[in-house]
Amino acid sequence: MNRSTIDLWVGIFVAAGFAGLLFLALKVGNLASFSLTQTYYQVQAKFGNIGGLKVRAPVKSAGVLVGRVADIRFDNESYEAIVTMNIDTAYQFPRDTAAKILTSGILGEQYVGLEAGGDGVMLKNGDRLRLTQSAVVLENLISQFLFNKAAEGKEPAK
Amino acid sequence: MQQPPDAAQQKHIVEIRNVSFGYDAARPVLRDVTLSIPRGAVVGIMGQSGCGKTTLLRIIMGAYLPTSGTARVLGRSTAELDRAGLYAMRRKMGMLFQFGALFTDMTVFQNVAFPLREHTSLPHDLIHDLVMLKLHAVGLRGASRLMPTALSGGMARRVALARSIALDPQLMLYDEPFTGLDPISFGVIVRLIRELNDSLGATSLIVTHDVQEALGVVDYVYFMAAGRVIAQGTPDQIRASDEPFVNQFVNGKSEGPVPFHYPAPEYDTDLELAAS
Amino acid sequence: MPIAALRARLERLGGTVTSHVWRLGFASRFLFYLVVHSGTALRRFRLTIAEVYFAGVLSLVIILVSGLFVGMVLALQGYETLQRFGASESLGVLVALSLVRELGPVVAGLLFASRAGSAITAEIGLMKATEQISAMEMMAVDPIARVVAPRFWGGVLSMPLLAALFSAMGIFGGYLIGVQLIGVDAGAFWSQMQAAVDWNKDILNGVIKSVVFGVAVTWIAVFEGYDATPTAEGVSRATTRTVVTSSLAILALDFILTALMFTGGNGK
Repeated sequence: MNRSTIDLWVGIFVAAGFAGLLFLALKVGNLASFSLTQTYYQVQAKFGNIGGLKVRAPVKSAGVLVGRVADIRFDNESYEAIVTMNIDTAYQFPRDTAAKILTSGILGEQYVGLEAGGDGVMLKNGDRLRLTQSAVVLENLISQFLFNKAAEGKEPAK
Repeated sequence: MQQPPDAAQQKHIVEIRNVSFGYDAARPVLRDVTLSIPRGAVVGIMGQSGCGKTTLLRIIMGAYLPTSGTARVLGRSTAELDRAGLYAMRRKMGMLFQFGALFTDMTVFQNVAFPLREHTSLPHDLIHDLVMLKLHAVGLRGASRLMPTALSGGMARRVALARSIALDPQLMLYDEPFTGLDPISFGVIVRLIRELNDSLGATSLIVTHDVQEALGVVDYVYFMAAGRVIAQGTPDQIRASDEPFVNQFVNGKSEGPVPFHYPAPEYDTDLELAAS
Repeated sequence: MPIAALRARLERLGGTVTSHVWRLGFASRFLFYLVVHSGTALRRFRLTIAEVYFAGVLSLVIILVSGLFVGMVLALQGYETLQRFGASESLGVLVALSLVRELGPVVAGLLFASRAGSAITAEIGLMKATEQISAMEMMAVDPIARVVAPRFWGGVLSMPLLAALFSAMGIFGGYLIGVQLIGVDAGAFWSQMQAAVDWNKDILNGVIKSVVFGVAVTWIAVFEGYDATPTAEGVSRATTRTVVTSSLAILALDFILTALMFTGGNGK
């Protein structure tokens, strides 16, 4: 095995390795989609309860990914959660857009859903969304259900 | 590849003074050994297997440091040298290992070219010519494209010899060069040792236990047993020596100071014959 | 059990542990020396490239074939379980995440240790046994810089590439079985996979793992070879030690890395 043949095979091997890595990155992973090089602007929203929302959770509107959750903090004065979101500059939303915390599927991960309003002025970097809806907490749902059931049970007895 | 002039003035290329050494403290291999190798001579160090001669060679090489005493090689004590100094010293030495120790993943040519490629930045053509020169000196110029596995034992050793003289060393060390050679190959090696020593203006040190063969080629002999030098002299003096061990060794007698029997209990006891 | 015998056993145990710790220290100094003296391996890159050939290219066949089979089996087993929950369209996610996060680096690492690691150990050990290393030392060439370092860097460079190829082949194998043979929807297969596999979290972490494994396996391989007793039996034992120690090291490191990468820092 002479030198140039070895070089050739090593070159092929390294090229194949990088091709494999590229394949993984583009076809398998989500590199091609929203991540490294997009520009974004930041908006904030306050929620009474964020449920299981985590940093880097998707921000979607009409089911399409438009951004990611950048930061989650607790406001010690209003006792609410402050969620900071990075939104792709390609998408503009009106100032009265509502943010809701929704769940993918029945038991899936939680994400922020944006419902566009009708205001003519668009959101800018650093703005805050006024209309928010907290996450649905399962325990509250169950106790609500039990309460309703109990209330129903009392009525016929009256 | 000119050698620095001061090294050429040394009367003794190797001076071993009162050297003692052991691989571990409990068992000394060399006890208070003193010998010296004059410039231009072919000197033999002989003795039985395990007498310490190979260890002495390794100390001269600088692979080990003596636990006491000094080993001066080419004018410097090995104990004083740092790694760079040791490597500089070794560039002026050549060593032929017992079975050649050729690099099995390279051809004969590449093996001989190895020291030239590693230590010089000579152009490719010049290296080619030098390699051919060295191979011609050992008579194997036609084998330059073979792989070491295709060579016979004698040929491999000759290629290794060509490799070890690639940088024209001042001191040549031979570790058991005659072991396992047929009479013709042996004759070739003997001729080469002599010729190379004289044509290079080098000094040669041969470690061996092939007495009769070696006595025919060396100028001076040191005889070792149990880590000590017990006799020294010219080949004639050694042949005529009446020191019992030397006598037994040179004449190949099975009985003498070195007994035939390994230490064992009484024969009767082993055969369970003796009545207690 | 008499006290003396018990004590002897404890002494032996202590001695074994001490000798292992001592050996680890020795191996660490060896690695440090090797890295510091890697100048030759980098300047004369030809040497390292030759080693990438012997360690990487010659392992391609076993890596690609194994990757294909692992992917195919994952698809078969995965489908069998997923379809019970009506989640068979997530097959792509299952195959991709299993391979990229775990099986790619780990199995490729184990195969690399057996094939290339043992070859490196045997080669260096035999060079030591036939006095080639001593001959090199005698010719004033540092054998660690000239022989060991290129093999080390060759292995470290090859490993991530092999792991990536393993994962890619595995996903392809999963696609073959899942979509072509079983009939899972191709669109769902790829799109769900792309949504679930994250470049940073999954693929990059997998690459980091394979680099760490590459360093560990090659380090063990070159050390065992260099430290082998220069006899036939010594080389054989060193080769066995390489495969066993490398495999255990890969699995242990995998646990540590997985714990660091995939569980800690789980959202604020």
